[in-house]
Amino acid sequence: MLAVMARRMAAALPTLAGVVVVTFLLARALPGDPAAYFAGPAATREAVEQIRAALGLDRPLHEQFLLYLRDLARGDLGVSITTGQPVLHDILARLPASAELTLLGLLFAATVGITLGVLAALKPNGWLDNACRVVATLGVCLPAFFTGLLLIYVFYYLLGWAPAPLGRLDAFSSPPPYVTGFFLVDSLLAGDAETFVSAAQQIALPAIALGIFAVAPIARITRGSMLAVMGSDFIRAARAHGLSRRKVVVAYALRNALLPVVTTLGMVFSFLLGANVLVEKVFAWPGIGSYAVEALLVSDYAPVQGFVMTMGFLYVLLNLAIDLLYRVIDPRVEVAA
Amino acid sequence: MRIDRRTALKGAMAGAATLAAPGFIPAAAQGRRETLLVVSENAPNSTDIHGVGANRPAYEASWNVYDRLMTFGVKKDERGNDHYDYEKLEPELAEEWDLRPMSVTFKLRRNARFHDGTPVTAQDVKWSFDRAVTVGGFPTFQMGAGSLERREQFVVVDDHTFRVDFIRRDKLTMPDLAVPVPVIINSALARRNATEQDPWAMNWLRSNPAGSGAFRMERWVPGQEMVFVRNDQWASGPRPALARVIWRIVPQAGNRRALLERGDADLSFDLPPKDFQELQQSRRLKIVSTPVENALNYLGMNVVRGPFADVRVRRAVALALPYERIMEQAMFGQGTPMFGGPAEPASATWPQPAPFATNLERARALMAEAGQANGFDTTLSFDLGTATVSEPAALAIAENLGRIGIRVTINKIPGANWRNELLKKELPLFLNGFGGWLNFPDYFFYWAYHSQDAIFNTSSYKNPAMDALIDRSRFEEDRAAYEAAIRGFVMLAWQDVPRVPIFQPWLNVAMQNSINGYRYWFHRQLDYRTLSKTA
Repeated sequence: MLAVMARRMAAALPTLAGVVVVTFLLARALPGDPAAYFAGPAATREAVEQIRAALGLDRPLHEQFLLYLRDLARGDLGVSITTGQPVLHDILARLPASAELTLLGLLFAATVGITLGVLAALKPNGWLDNACRVVATLGVCLPAFFTGLLLIYVFYYLLGWAPAPLGRLDAFSSPPPYVTGFFLVDSLLAGDAETFVSAAQQIALPAIALGIFAVAPIARITRGSMLAVMGSDFIRAARAHGLSRRKVVVAYALRNALLPVVTTLGMVFSFLLGANVLVEKVFAWPGIGSYAVEALLVSDYAPVQGFVMTMGFLYVLLNLAIDLLYRVIDPRVEVAA
Repeated sequence: MRIDRRTALKGAMAGAATLAAPGFIPAAAQGRRETLLVVSENAPNSTDIHGVGANRPAYEASWNVYDRLMTFGVKKDERGNDHYDYEKLEPELAEEWDLRPMSVTFKLRRNARFHDGTPVTAQDVKWSFDRAVTVGGFPTFQMGAGSLERREQFVVVDDHTFRVDFIRRDKLTMPDLAVPVPVIINSALARRNATEQDPWAMNWLRSNPAGSGAFRMERWVPGQEMVFVRNDQWASGPRPALARVIWRIVPQAGNRRALLERGDADLSFDLPPKDFQELQQSRRLKIVSTPVENALNYLGMNVVRGPFADVRVRRAVALALPYERIMEQAMFGQGTPMFGGPAEPASATWPQPAPFATNLERARALMAEAGQANGFDTTLSFDLGTATVSEPAALAIAENLGRIGIRVTINKIPGANWRNELLKKELPLFLNGFGGWLNFPDYFFYWAYHSQDAIFNTSSYKNPAMDALIDRSRFEEDRAAYEAAIRGFVMLAWQDVPRVPIFQPWLNVAMQNSINGYRYWFHRQLDYRTLSKTA
């Protein structure tokens, strides 16, 4: 298992190298001029040139690239001019926020999606199946930020049930001591029920907004896969042997139907990390998506590069995790390096 | 779903608490009364106003955490709101000063201390001013605007006496010492955190304020929030009513409005004009609108190349703009019209309404006179960051210009690129705004119309007659001659129209009715020191 992981990681290196080159070039191909932006509104041409030199942007491109690689080798991703902090520090501080939100959104989507899919498959073309189809279609049609705004409008503005969309905690709580960076986990570890409740209330709406978007593919794939499995011989045999319906559906059918669902989950997860950007904006969620977008708007290269690198790395890890999960679900699957 | 009965009950209880009689105030509400929750769109990127690329929100952090030698007094504006008074300088860290023709000597407060307990001395003032004129960029530029250019100008007389020598007599020197830039930094602390490559501790001070101001920064999560607590040892003014200020970043304008309307946030600037108009009508919140002093939003034209080099074409444009429509459909009335004024300057003030009004007949005649009866193609550019206002304005302008034969393509430029495009000075037609901190007409004209060709002279306009009037007014000490010069250059600006004035922007702020003591400042940031909350 470890050998497999090591080989897979080694195979990912060329991908990551490609990511490094492409992000470097893309960031510089952007139409902005960071020097002009950061020189401030009152800048003269000389002041802009001064800043350009200070940022190293006056050197030839290949030299800039070598400098970038040297810093990268030291684990230095540069300093963000927008927040004034080292990029590595920013990303490490913000990644847990994004990850917590995405994981919870995925959990919501998977729970709802798989349940809906299974129920729909048990009675194809019944009312539940049709309802599932409507929910799935609506979920896909509405962009996540729109669902987010709608949820805020209804549950916060009109009904007042949800807390103010102010980020991870309400304004009067302070974050729990840092262990994992996940506020839900950290507050439990610290035994701080109040902070846990606050964090849970804050994350509920954005996670649902994010999750609704992902319900559709999961429900549809589960339904299709379940239909195929329910029609197969071993299910008929199980039924003929008089096994309980519950046993047949959950233990035999679902487990076999789960493989394509897991593949979809992996895809949906990477996709949610992207959709995050908009939901983070709407809910003032301090994740890496909104961080990258803000940096992009002012041509702040370092955070953009850092963000793409982090995402590239995450995808590689995610793919590996999914391959390994296959083996757990279905021992017949070989994990190739 | 976590919106359960408990959450709903909690919400209901909070609602009940706000309605409760004064006799019953829960403990939480008591803390809440001394705490202000401000929401804004953009986050500060520094606490050091001298830092490279420090943004506008960073000025707010600096303003409240640091002290300056002097500050401005207060007056009521025409609408009865508190407004800083640029004609009245008042003591801050300096308790008194002695102004001579070529120098000013400040006596520092003896009981003033920095947040770490070190006494504030004249050495700190010198170090801070030396830093401002040395590090380059915005602080050096702003100091220079008040003829504060060289380190030799700043003299330590003794521990509590500090002198500034003037290199020329300049009416801007004294007010320039009270703007946000000349903050007094704890030099001993900063020096301890300086390095050989970074002798002015630029890196350290960016996120570690070392001031003596009324508030102390308690927490800063970049891009998310900044939390300030009152400095109870503050010696430079009356004790602020607020014990804590929480400043949260909420990027969505709609959410900021929802937070205010639900009573969860206390105060917010930057909402779209339409929201302010609606909030004003609903009367559930207190809205304060203040015309931004010495500021003007305009349509600029490149006077060097292309068809707009012909003054007749520029005058035709000035007569073709749909002024009323811009005010209604883009600004929702949230600005002071700067058109339809008398033919000659009514006073020696700025901005004042220009004599232009929509008159397509005359505009067409001027186009024909310029040999442009068939018109021409051009592009109209604006900063995408201002799209809520600029986009509808640009569309209305394009439509009207089309009627006099100028076929306009609209060009939206992303914020990152906007300044760069302005610096190049190649845009033929563009929407922009400019405002000066120091409220003098000659200050505005020096940056926007003078042939020194600063970045703010976006049209590359050059006219020796204009330069002569501006230069004369800048150092003129005779009131009548000064006012004559102002009327002269304003008239010239209207005749040559390198830029067509449209409106004077307003600084709008929405707050709960329980908030008192809001004061307008020329830097357009929030001063926490005067604010208070009633239950």
